[in-house]
Amino acid sequence: MRTTESATSTARRAPASRILAAWHQTGRADLESHLATHGPAPVPRRGDGAWGDRLVQGVDAAGLTGRGGAGFPTARKLQSFRSGHRHGLLAVNAMEGEPASQKDRALLSGAPHLVLDGAELVATAIGAREIAVCVADDRADNAEAVRGALAERAPAGLGRIPMHLIRPPGRYVTGEESALVAWLAGGPAHPQFRTDKAMPLTIKRRPVLVQSAETLAHVALIARYGPEWFRSVGLPDAPGTCLVTVSGPGTSPAVCEVELGTPVDLILERAGISVPLGAVVVGGYGGTWLRPGLLDTPYAPKPLAAVGSAVGAGVIAAIGASSCGIAETARVATYMANESAGQCGPCVFGLHAVAQDLVQLARGECDSQTLNRLTHRLGAVDGRGACAHPDGVVRFVRSALEVFARDAADHARRRPCTEWNRRPILPVSPSASVAVGHWH
Amino acid sequence: MPIVSSHVRLRVNPVACDAFGYCAELLPEIVTRDEWGYPVMAEGPVPPRLSEVARRVVRECPRRALFLEKVPAPRP
Repeated sequence: MRTTESATSTARRAPASRILAAWHQTGRADLESHLATHGPAPVPRRGDGAWGDRLVQGVDAAGLTGRGGAGFPTARKLQSFRSGHRHGLLAVNAMEGEPASQKDRALLSGAPHLVLDGAELVATAIGAREIAVCVADDRADNAEAVRGALAERAPAGLGRIPMHLIRPPGRYVTGEESALVAWLAGGPAHPQFRTDKAMPLTIKRRPVLVQSAETLAHVALIARYGPEWFRSVGLPDAPGTCLVTVSGPGTSPAVCEVELGTPVDLILERAGISVPLGAVVVGGYGGTWLRPGLLDTPYAPKPLAAVGSAVGAGVIAAIGASSCGIAETARVATYMANESAGQCGPCVFGLHAVAQDLVQLARGECDSQTLNRLTHRLGAVDGRGACAHPDGVVRFVRSALEVFARDAADHARRRPCTEWNRRPILPVSPSASVAVGHWH
Repeated sequence: MPIVSSHVRLRVNPVACDAFGYCAELLPEIVTRDEWGYPVMAEGPVPPRLSEVARRVVRECPRRALFLEKVPAPRP
């Protein structure tokens, strides 16, 4: 992993580094350098009953939205936990199930104390009694970083609320919030079927707030520097910075902190990716492909939505112009099919069928019906799982069929993909080959 | 409070469903099956004339995977 913020001649403004500022300046992530850069977290004084309201108001005024994927306004989420039952649990989501994402790794190795400060502040504001920092069991480096940071805090007198490192299984869907809560409740890390997703998740009637690690780091900064400071970069309707894992052909993934609204091509350039690109994955494997002609799209929810895309899991992954997007998509779809929790029939059978169609397409082994069948199957799988895992795959594959329509039609005429046997560009985690049952 | 038939929708819990297919047999007007045998529910509320069958389908699902959910009344 590299982290980068090197400005280029085309940069309109100097890239903002906030979360990773201390790390960029000092190369250190320990508590001492954290405190030297940011000072102590503004925890409430004894008897300051209005502190929690002020924190949530600050987050609201800052316009912070969840950086985990859904992009929900953080203040609204916090408020719903403040008005409800107290004495719950805060789960810090640093699961990073997305194989193309490294941002939690950058965050936990570069600024672990911002995440833990944010967790402390949010847990205090919602009256939580415990904090569970969730790091997948296949992300050993991240766990080590958290362990090191936790060990520094107690001797320094930090931490009024007990914090524990929790290691749920490292699968794609175990970072989905209901799966995480199912694991914390002592069950398998399976997504739960919920009739109303607006209802708070609970364990034995105690509410569980799940927040992504990056969101908490932003809260820790807003609490110190205020909402105006937070809004001073980014777009008016999408303020602040966010972490993006940027990868391209022949480069190892880089984690960049970018202002929301930075054009996608500029983000790629800052990460040192400038070869002629075939297309770019935005948002991760539940996201979409973006065609080269749309790479000047500002990286922010609204402009991306206008081109059918989304910020999602904070991933920008480019493939070269000579790579086959259908072959890449077939590999990703196969991986995603294997990552189904195995609970819902349409996901279990449907994703494998979709992946199989794509593999046939890429290998030029299809019949005249393959493309039609694939399109029909995508419609049959969409929205039919307990969680959004199948929906994400459908979105990703549909965008591939649009962006690589010519390749798809070519392959459908039984012309195999010359790229099929080459090394894949998009990473698929080794857990795809892990035996089913690794959910406990 | 009794459920008003025109204001409910038939839903399936996909985790519980094991594709027995009773619902599609009993209520083909609302439930079809996908190529793997899992139920696909028609959009919109259950029409009043089918409300009795819908309740029966919910009762008789061997996996207890079906339920009726209140929805806003359709516009007259």
